Amino acid sequence: MMKRVFSGVPALAGLMVLLVSSSAFAAEASGIDTGDTAWILISAALVMLMTPGLAFFYGGMVRSKNVLGTIMHSFIILCIMSVVWVLWGYTLAFGPDIGGFVGGLKWIGLQGVGQEPAPLAPTVPHLAFMMFQGMFAIITPALITGAFAERMKFSALVVFTVLWATIVYSPVCHWVWGGGWIGAKLGALDFAGGTVVHINSAIAAITAAIIVGKRKGYLQEAIMPHNLPMTILGAALLWFGWFGFNAGSALTSGGLASLAFVTTNTAAAAAAMSWALAEWGHRGKPTAFGAVSGAVAGLVAITPAAGFVSPLSAILIGIGAGIFCYLAVNIRPKIGYDDSLDVLGIHGVGGLWGALATGLFASTAVNSGGADGLFFGNPSLFTAQVLASVATILYSGIATIVILKLVDWTVGLRVKEEEEVEGLDLSQHGETGYNL
Amino acid sequence: MKMVSAVIKHFRLDNVRKALTDIGVEGMTIIEVKGFGRQKGHMEVYRGVEYEVRFLPKIKIEVAVSDEKLDQVVDVIQEAARTGEIGDGKIFIYNLQDVVRIRTGERGEEAI
Repeated sequence: MMKRVFSGVPALAGLMVLLVSSSAFAAEASGIDTGDTAWILISAALVMLMTPGLAFFYGGMVRSKNVLGTIMHSFIILCIMSVVWVLWGYTLAFGPDIGGFVGGLKWIGLQGVGQEPAPLAPTVPHLAFMMFQGMFAIITPALITGAFAERMKFSALVVFTVLWATIVYSPVCHWVWGGGWIGAKLGALDFAGGTVVHINSAIAAITAAIIVGKRKGYLQEAIMPHNLPMTILGAALLWFGWFGFNAGSALTSGGLASLAFVTTNTAAAAAAMSWALAEWGHRGKPTAFGAVSGAVAGLVAITPAAGFVSPLSAILIGIGAGIFCYLAVNIRPKIGYDDSLDVLGIHGVGGLWGALATGLFASTAVNSGGADGLFFGNPSLFTAQVLASVATILYSGIATIVILKLVDWTVGLRVKEEEEVEGLDLSQHGETGYNL
Repeated sequence: MKMVSAVIKHFRLDNVRKALTDIGVEGMTIIEVKGFGRQKGHMEVYRGVEYEVRFLPKIKIEVAVSDEKLDQVVDVIQEAARTGEIGDGKIFIYNLQDVVRIRTGERGEEAI
């Protein structure tokens, strides 16, 4: 996304100005392209659907007594972040740069954000760009909830979300896409959010899993997914929405969006098959749960690379994602921490692999606005990818520890043991998912 | 009167039902149950986490019968539910004190 913003789009935007200015439909502010605008608005809606999709993906994996509590995590974050983004999230991420670290308060409450061309996407209205970016700010904290599923206090989740979005998401988003140090100076590539969304949320997740602690009975009693068809439905919605996430990150509706669409679909499919094959060889049976987990791992891994690599590279990135993430989730119970729904195993490992793979497979022959990776003769991009990942891991990890401790000392992070046994649905929300 | 209660494999249920109706049994109750016997459980793996499933799903059927029909019913169930493998289940037989047909108030064998 940022590379297109900083080098790919100006030429395209100039062309659009010429085309639109002679058009009878040029009633909008100059430079706005209706095709691009339509695609960004549709993409924003597609990415919105990913968060309820994630709710089902996670909801099916927990025990039936926690299904509503788990779905509610994602749903309430959709609501909280929609408002936080308008009030101060957007300006902290995309406002005028302050020292490469955070955006200024120029656009607080969306003052000055209107129908004019977006500064970072000159062919679409600023409001459309803001809303598209807002959907990323929504799903990122929702991804974290898989780590502390089945034991987090609802009030703690609400406070944590507001603090984390403000202190972690907006600055990291600024570093990479908003004109901050990673995108503008280091020159690392992140097409649609490998570092900002996936590495960032996964590090926060593993930090939270350790601080909140294991679920009662973890690895001692059977804690099995209660509805895997629901999980598969959620994964399907994620895959569908991911076309907006990645192809929308082209911020235009032309060839670059088409490339990202193709690499996204290809990597997801390759990763689903490689996970299922790894499982088949290792355990003797390919599971449906494994296939959909692999698809999500592939979607995660292709995210930073989607607009910079060829479809053949996307197959290799997908195969790697399926295998690496399969290994990661198999190691989890042996280490003993309870990242309940494998946020680290899928988004952390898949995101890190995707960030590094971008440094390997990126090619200017595919996208002249990108850069060449290690396999195309440019080792410096790989180094930049490593530095961007390490910086995100360190900042997200440390800031998340501070936020969680703060929430623990004030409202308390975890439900009482009795409430955990009863289930979050009854103890936190006073209702049950299934009344038969 | 006797209550015949049998734990059987799911896929034998239709067989058992047909065999019982063929000898004139006019009603039965079934329930899905879990349990263990000589048949061992199995492993299930969810994203690398292994769970040993110790209780296996079975079907429990209950049939109320008159004393003179008891042996025939038990034989028919045993024959229809049998596969010869471990895990075919068991048949339990209890004394049945009384039966009431709710609609008419008939009691005893009349109500079976």
